[in-house]
Amino acid sequence: MTAVNRVVVVGYGMAGARLARELRARARDLRIIVFGAERYPAYNRVLLSSVLAGKADEGDIALAEPTSRVELRTGVTVTAIDPADRTVTTDDGTVTRYDALVLATGSRAWIPPVDGLDPAALPEGVAVFRTLEDCRRILRAAEGARRAVVLGGGLLGLEAARGLALRGLRVEVLHAMGHLMERQLDPGASRVLTRTLRGLGVSVRLNALTEAVLCDQGRVRAVRLAGGEVVEADLLVVACGVRPETALAEAAGLKVDRGVVVDDQLRTCDPAIYAIGDCAEHDGTVYGLVAPAWEQARVVADVITGADPRARYAGSRVVTRLKATGVDLAAMGDTQVEEDEEHEVLQFVDPTRGTYKKVVIRDDRLVGAILLGENATVGTVTQLFDRSAPVPVDRRALLFADLRGQAARTVESPVQIPDRTTICQCNSVTKSAITKSWLAGARSVEDVIKETRATTGCGGCRDTVEGIVEWLAASDPQTTGSCS
Amino acid sequence: MKPPQPTIGGMVQAADHLAPALEAATHCPYCALQCGMVLRRSEADVTVQPRNFPTNRGGLCQKGWTSAELLTSAERLTTPLARPRKDADLEPVSWAEALDRVAAEIRRIRAAHGPDAVAVFGGGGLTNEKAYTLGKFARVALGTANIDYNGRFCMSSAAAAGIRAFGVDRGLPFPLADIAEADAILLAGSNVAETMPPFMRYLTEAKRRGGALIVVDPRHTPTAQQATLHLRVTPGTDLALANGLLHLAITEGYLDKDYIARRTTGFEEVRRVVAEYWPERTERITGVPVAQQREAVRLLAEAERAMILTARGAEQQSKGTDTVSALINLALALGLPGTPGSGYGCLTGQGNGQGGREHGQKADQLPGYRRIDDPAARAHVARVWGVDPDSLPGPGVSAYELLDALGTPAGPKALLLFGSNLVVSAPHARHVEERVRSLEFLAVADVVLSETARLADVVLPAAQWAEEEGTMTNLEGRVLRRRRLHEPPPGVRTDLEIIAALAARLGHGARFSAEPRAVFEELRRASAGGPADYSGITYERIEAEDGVFWPCPAEDHPGTPRMFLDRFATPDGRARFVPVEHREVAEDLDAAHPLYLTTGRVLHHYQSGAQTRRVKPLLDAVPEPFVQLHPDVAERLGIAEDDLVRVVSRRGEATARARITDTIRDDTVFLPFHWGGAGRANSVTNPALDPTSRMPEFKVCAVRLEKLEQADAGVAP
Repeated sequence: MTAVNRVVVVGYGMAGARLARELRARARDLRIIVFGAERYPAYNRVLLSSVLAGKADEGDIALAEPTSRVELRTGVTVTAIDPADRTVTTDDGTVTRYDALVLATGSRAWIPPVDGLDPAALPEGVAVFRTLEDCRRILRAAEGARRAVVLGGGLLGLEAARGLALRGLRVEVLHAMGHLMERQLDPGASRVLTRTLRGLGVSVRLNALTEAVLCDQGRVRAVRLAGGEVVEADLLVVACGVRPETALAEAAGLKVDRGVVVDDQLRTCDPAIYAIGDCAEHDGTVYGLVAPAWEQARVVADVITGADPRARYAGSRVVTRLKATGVDLAAMGDTQVEEDEEHEVLQFVDPTRGTYKKVVIRDDRLVGAILLGENATVGTVTQLFDRSAPVPVDRRALLFADLRGQAARTVESPVQIPDRTTICQCNSVTKSAITKSWLAGARSVEDVIKETRATTGCGGCRDTVEGIVEWLAASDPQTTGSCS
Repeated sequence: MKPPQPTIGGMVQAADHLAPALEAATHCPYCALQCGMVLRRSEADVTVQPRNFPTNRGGLCQKGWTSAELLTSAERLTTPLARPRKDADLEPVSWAEALDRVAAEIRRIRAAHGPDAVAVFGGGGLTNEKAYTLGKFARVALGTANIDYNGRFCMSSAAAAGIRAFGVDRGLPFPLADIAEADAILLAGSNVAETMPPFMRYLTEAKRRGGALIVVDPRHTPTAQQATLHLRVTPGTDLALANGLLHLAITEGYLDKDYIARRTTGFEEVRRVVAEYWPERTERITGVPVAQQREAVRLLAEAERAMILTARGAEQQSKGTDTVSALINLALALGLPGTPGSGYGCLTGQGNGQGGREHGQKADQLPGYRRIDDPAARAHVARVWGVDPDSLPGPGVSAYELLDALGTPAGPKALLLFGSNLVVSAPHARHVEERVRSLEFLAVADVVLSETARLADVVLPAAQWAEEEGTMTNLEGRVLRRRRLHEPPPGVRTDLEIIAALAARLGHGARFSAEPRAVFEELRRASAGGPADYSGITYERIEAEDGVFWPCPAEDHPGTPRMFLDRFATPDGRARFVPVEHREVAEDLDAAHPLYLTTGRVLHHYQSGAQTRRVKPLLDAVPEPFVQLHPDVAERLGIAEDDLVRVVSRRGEATARARITDTIRDDTVFLPFHWGGAGRANSVTNPALDPTSRMPEFKVCAVRLEKLEQADAGVAP
């Protein structure tokens, strides 16, 4: 491979911004040029739902700028790639040469073919939910609106719905499929989730095929469903998924399937061009999530700078976390599996408390899980999934946290405490030592303390020592011993 | 209790109604809490009683209660020992012979290899007077740049982060009493219930008043068991957790914006960094559920008075400095430091870990917490010492690097060791032991024949805490008096006497005093004007005021119990936010090493165990090394309670008894580090260093467990 002196990155979203930093961290003298079509600096797309919900403002979601000497060109769109010349052309008319080119063009919201929804000119009060600009558009439309409809019961749709409900709107989610988040959840989890959302001011309609968006003077008024029912809306958010942004790659003659096809080094069919993030398709998968994009950025940076020319991207394990106040939901791996010879399936459902837990185990490894509602084990479960580590011998520990390590410290009755139990850890004083001091004539708490030094360290055993002394006083052990 | 009236030599006559005995109001020899105690001497023995001193409020743990046993231990050294030849055994020699031999070796090696060929290694248990004298001895009598101390394995990350944020490092910038008044306390990587039990009294009191205690620890330790909220963090991910908590503080609207504007700089950059630590990502890195993160932030932010405290768990990592910075960032964002009743603090470990890092036994420092590369500092200290500033060496390398270089062609050929048992306590100890063995000459001053002293060419029997005067600076920055109960046994000398005698043999006798008070007077002048200014502190004031908090720049200055109330010690008076990123642990799990190892202390032992393993009740309580493991790990490997288990890393192994407990994560095992020999935890630990503080990564490395078949083999050295 020839030496790489100039890297051009197309796209200044979360993947592109991270890549610029990863490159800079590895190569001080590398020339890094980043093009971003959006005019403002990189921001954290993951937090847009928090902005929508009013939990974060725009300043809170700005990402760290790449360190110095990254040439950042925002508000500039790359219009063409010339792989033979190794140049890119931009809409400001300039041509930029590269040794390595990384496409981090991301994805765009997909707008379903519905009457009244022209992707090129959405009616007033209708917005997709993808960029900061979209978010602003929704928030502008939400002012004065009362009834919001969200098209799509996937992750983003539900986060948008919850955010709008927090802003006081009545929200209805229209989902074309038979259950919510159908790629991540099973029908049972969807039922509990629907119930939870209802309690938070978000109603859900399943199997709802939207036929048309009805407008009044160019402004959204309602949605008509197949079957004719009309759902009123003065705000409509379209969250029906995204499509990788591959036009540039296609025009350059790169191999594109659902996304830009890349190998284990994130290289496209042109060895000088790479793709990462939402626009890339690795091993048949387009992730559309931040964590894989950042893993990919790391590998590409290693490869391009030569920091680790043999770095490989082996795919990512995906954990989905719904970011919606009042709903704790994590889903990962195969969740729709039923119990069979290969799979152990653990389930615990408590719909009134909004709890749905399901864990799928194969060969002693956790291969899928849904944790909805109270889920104190989510940290453990996620790590087991990530590391493919063996699951606990007592499987219940995957579902209920208090079985793990919360060594019961109930206050026992003094009579039940075994003699050899250490009462005062700080001074290694056992119950029998306290009893002995009593028998030797120490007849008050203070005397027992003086004799044994119990309680003189952290002082935490004071209550227990008092309890034992009380018990000794009430029942002289010599007497009770002869009676038993 | 009123301290007894002092008389000359620090001894007092007991009250009339007591049997004729001498007593001394002093402090415990072990940890940085420096519990107040009264020692009483009778014909038969020395007894210990706790004092109602502001640190321990009348409490003592078993280590303190039994501390006097070591004074009369049969294992005490009472005569110098020397090895006639490298391959000969240690034999008793006279003091004159021993000191002559040390001086001759220093002169020989210096002549052959230059002054840096002689190195000095100190400890955080030495008094201020000794730490100061040791630093001066190295720079003036030896002329070597190579001096450092075991505090690098202890306090250096918190110190570096503290200086970065506040311009100065004092463990707690407020008195302990403030902790009892706090409404929320976050304790990161500290098991005080075992490491300094009387400290728990402050936490218990805070809880009794309705305060919340949040403990961040991979283990459900006795301290975590007392917590309102235990965040069972994955080893080595505390930094990500702290960034995640700050992220939540921002998005939940908990920032103290007025404080940030008035008293800090650099928030915007930190805000951008933590934007990437949203709760779900933080959960995936740390294993701490989102709901618990939210609860932790809520408890801290809604408290009127809140504190964030760190200890070795957060600090002893290859990113320990950045981890502390992340926690300080959180504290600053919530407006805690320099606000009465609130703040950030670090819990110093060793008895004089605080004072020991202020007076020049660190490679890059001069007394008063001055930098050795600062021309003004060099000029000031050189004036006090009566030498030419240009004659002072520059900065040397840090502890692990120093030990790593011992006996190498470019490294030191001789080492003088005071107050440390480094072949047990240093990371990658097997390697360090090899380095020590390769020295041309090793002299060790110690109380007993420690694992390291056994390797020495000359061993000098040193006095113990109850046999000497001096000052200690505890975890609050409170300067305390260590008082002498009686003279050392015949044949034993104080470290100050040893250093002064060596200095005299090297032609610098006039510059070194063996009298603690004289040394302290000089230390006052040397520290004057520095960040840790002791110039207004006198022995008399310490007695009269239950200790004096530095900085104390004049005798009529009250001392500084609470720092930063008006300004921070930075040039512009503002605290600095420092943007820091999570990094993976230096050594992560793989198929051959599927478990994290974390190390730490148990209640009954202290540091390398050189002292506590020689006190019978403590040894009886915990007689041998053990390894804590989760029941699932035990079941998978067929390990039963009490089985002997080998803990194996890429560097070495340690053998210990299995202790099966569900208080530990099932991906983590725990080894205490108090033993040498086959049970030495530091044969296993990773010396990967923090780039700023040079702190080794004691708290996490990757290991596997192997069950040992001969169940009858012992593990204690």
